[in-house]
Amino acid sequence: MKKLTAMLLVVFMVLGLFAGCGSNATDSTNPSQSGGETTAAKDIKVGFIFLHDENSTYDKNFINAANEVKKALNLSDEQVVFKTNVPESNECYEAAADLADRGCDIVFSDSFGHEPFMAQAAQEFPDVQFCHATGTTAHTLGLANFHNAFASIYEGRYLAGIAAGLKLNEMIEKGEFTAEEAKIGYVGAFTYAEVISGYTSFFLGARSVCPSATMEVQFTGSWYDETAEKEAANTLINRGCKLISQHADSMGAPTACETAGVPNISYNGSTVEACPNTFIVSSSINWAPYFTYMIESVMNGTEIVDDWCGGIAEGSVVLTQVNEKAAAAGTAEAIEEAKQKMASGELHVFDTATFTVEGKPVESFMADVDTDAAYTPDTEVVSDGYFHESEMRAAPYFTLKIDGITTLNEAFG
Amino acid sequence: MSKKNTHVHEPLFHIVKRGSMVWWRAWLVRIIAVFAALVVCGLITVLLTGQNPLGVYATMIDGAFGTKRRIWGLAQNVAMLLCVSLAVTPAFKMKFWNIGAEGQVLIGGLATAACMILFGDKLPTVVLFMIMIVSSIVGGAIWAAIPAYFRAKWNTNETLFTLMMNYIAIQLVSYFTYEWSVPKGSGQIGVINGATRAGWMPTLFGHPYMLNIIIVVVLTVLMYVYLNYTKHGYEIEVVGESENTARYIGVNIKKVIVRTMIVSGGLCGVTGLLLVSGTDHTLTRDLAAGRGFTAIMVAWLAKFNPFYMVLTSFLIVFLQKGAVEISTIYSLNASFSDILTGIIIFFIIGSEFFVNYSIKFRESKKEGV
Repeated sequence: MKKLTAMLLVVFMVLGLFAGCGSNATDSTNPSQSGGETTAAKDIKVGFIFLHDENSTYDKNFINAANEVKKALNLSDEQVVFKTNVPESNECYEAAADLADRGCDIVFSDSFGHEPFMAQAAQEFPDVQFCHATGTTAHTLGLANFHNAFASIYEGRYLAGIAAGLKLNEMIEKGEFTAEEAKIGYVGAFTYAEVISGYTSFFLGARSVCPSATMEVQFTGSWYDETAEKEAANTLINRGCKLISQHADSMGAPTACETAGVPNISYNGSTVEACPNTFIVSSSINWAPYFTYMIESVMNGTEIVDDWCGGIAEGSVVLTQVNEKAAAAGTAEAIEEAKQKMASGELHVFDTATFTVEGKPVESFMADVDTDAAYTPDTEVVSDGYFHESEMRAAPYFTLKIDGITTLNEAFG
Repeated sequence: MSKKNTHVHEPLFHIVKRGSMVWWRAWLVRIIAVFAALVVCGLITVLLTGQNPLGVYATMIDGAFGTKRRIWGLAQNVAMLLCVSLAVTPAFKMKFWNIGAEGQVLIGGLATAACMILFGDKLPTVVLFMIMIVSSIVGGAIWAAIPAYFRAKWNTNETLFTLMMNYIAIQLVSYFTYEWSVPKGSGQIGVINGATRAGWMPTLFGHPYMLNIIIVVVLTVLMYVYLNYTKHGYEIEVVGESENTARYIGVNIKKVIVRTMIVSGGLCGVTGLLLVSGTDHTLTRDLAAGRGFTAIMVAWLAKFNPFYMVLTSFLIVFLQKGAVEISTIYSLNASFSDILTGIIIFFIIGSEFFVNYSIKFRESKKEGV
C-alpha cells in the first residue's frame, strides 16, 4: 500500500512538473504590460454581470454585444471582465462591488432583479458608473452614478408581428384554416408591463395585416425554464394556435414549434439554426449602441443619462434576417415599409384607434412610471391619439389588457 | 490427488478492511489525495484550455482571498454552508436520509420574508425579530417533521419524502414571490424594506456579515456539545448504529426520529433566516443555492464532526469561489470550474477508501522455498 501510494505520488508529481513547465514556456507573457499609452481608451475598464451564460438566449444577446463593442473599441481582455451566472441576490452586490474593487470604471448588469443590488453598490462607489438594463428606478433614486437603459423593443415586436400576420394570411389563402381560426399563441414569462407591452405590440402588428387574428397567452412564471416554455408552446398548439411567438429566454418554445411544424416568431436573436423550417424572423435588442454610448461617455468625461432608451434609429431595436423558407412572400418588404412609416411618425404602435379595452377606445391612461411598492399610477401617457410607450421612462409601462388577447393563466402555471 | 489441483488461483490483488489508521497517516493520505487531484486538474486544464495550471491555481487563491471583500464573502459563504451542514448532521448520524434541507431552508426564508413584508412597519424591532426567529425555526421544523412523522408512524421512505418536500417549498416560494412582486406580476420581490431596513439583521463591528458568522460559530459549538455530551446525542448515535439495540436499551425510536428531524429542520430554518434577514434581504427560489445538497457532502466528509465541518465547508466554498474566478479571468464557461471542483471532490471522497481499506497484492511464491 505504502509503495503504491508513493509510486502514484511520484508519477503525479512528475507529470505535474512537466505540465507546469510545458505551459510556462508558452504562456508566460503578461499582456497587461503591453504598451504604456495613457489614452483614456487604454485605461478604461468595464465589468459585465450576466444572470446566466451563453446558454440563455437573453444573456447571449448581451454577451455578443459586449464582445462586439470590445472589438470595435479595441479593448483588451484585461479591460473587459465578464461575470456570468450571477443570481438576483446579495451575490449581485458582491459581484458588482468586486468589479469596482478590480478597478472597473463601469459596471453593467443585464437582469431586472439585479437592480436594487446594483443601486446598493452604486451608493458605495460614487466614482464608478453602474448601468443596469431593463430597470425602472434610476430616474427617481437620485444617484448620479446609477443608470437604467432599455430599448423601444415594442416597435421591433410590432414589425415582427407583421411577419406573423402575413404568414397567417398565407396559410388562410392556402386553405389550411379559415380566417376566424387565425389564432396566435404567445409564451410569456411574467404578467407585468415588460411582457404585456411586448405581446400587445406583437399582436397589433399581426392584426394590422390580418384583421381576424386573435391571440392566447400562456405564462410560465420564469424567465428561463426550458421545460415550462416547451410545455406552454405545446399547450397553445394543442388549443389550435397556428403560429407561436415567445417572450422568455430558453429554446423551449422555438424547438417545440420546430417539432410540431408550427411557424415561430422568435425573440433575442435568430433561432434559424435549430429551427430551419419554422423560424420566420426574430426581433431583438442590440445592446452594442448602449455599450458604446456608456463607454464613450466615461472616456469623454460626459454624463450618462439616467434613463436611456434606444430605438430603431439608434440601431438598438433590430430584426434578424427573414427566413424565406418559412416566411410568407413579401415579408421583408412589408416590414421595411412599416419601419419607414414609424420613423416618419406616420405610424404609432399603440395607436388608440387600433385597439379597444372592454369594447371601448382608450382616451386616457395613468401609468406607474415612477415605480413604488403600491404601483401608484402617476403619469398620463395617452395623448395625440396614441399611447406613449417608453417615452416617459425607457422600461415599458403598457399594462392595458386589450380586446382580442386572452391570457390563459393570469398568475402562472 | 496431485498437489497442483489443490492450488487455487489467487487474484492479482484483493482489498482488505483496515483496522484504524493512525491519525497522521490518515491525514497524510487525504493530503496526498488533494495534491493528486490538483495535479489531475492541472493536466486537464492544460489539455483542454492550454492555460498554465499554476496560473489557474493562483487565480483560484486570488478569487477566494484576493481582497478583503472576497475574504468576507468567503467567510460568509462558509458560514451559510456550515449552518446547513450542522442542520443535516443529526439526521444523517441517525441514518435518516434528510435530503430536504434545501426546502427546509427555503421555508425558513419564506417565513422570515413574510414577517418582514407583513409586519415590517407595524411592529417594534425587538418584537419583529422575535417573530422572525420563531416563525423561521418553526417553519423549517414543520417541513422536516412531516416526513419524520410519516417515517416513524408508517415507515415511509424518507429520502423520497424529503426530496419531494423540496419541490413543494420551491413552488410555495414561487407563488409568494409572485404575490409580493414589485412591480406587480414581475416575479421579483426586490429588496424588502429597503428604506426602513426593518427586519434587517444589524451590522456588527462595522461588517454586515459579522453577526451571521458569530451565530454560526456558536451553533457549531452547540451542535458539537449536543451530539457528543447530551442524552439526545447518545440516542441519535444508538438509533443510527442499530435500531434493534436502541429498542433493546429502551430508546423510543419514533420519538427520537421526530425530535431529531425537528432539530434538523429548525436549524435549516435558521439558515433561511440568516440568508433572508442577514444577507440577501430578498426572497428568491434560489435562496438556498444548492447548499441543502452540498451540506450532505460537507457533513459526510467531516464524519459528522462539527469542527471538521468547518474545514470541509471551507474547502468546498474555496473551490467554488476559486472556480468562479477561473471562469471570469480565463473567459471559460462556468462548467469548466464545475469539472475541476468535481475532480477534487472525487479524489477527496476516494481517499477515504484508502484510509479504510488496504490493497494486498498477490505475493509471488518462489518454487522450493
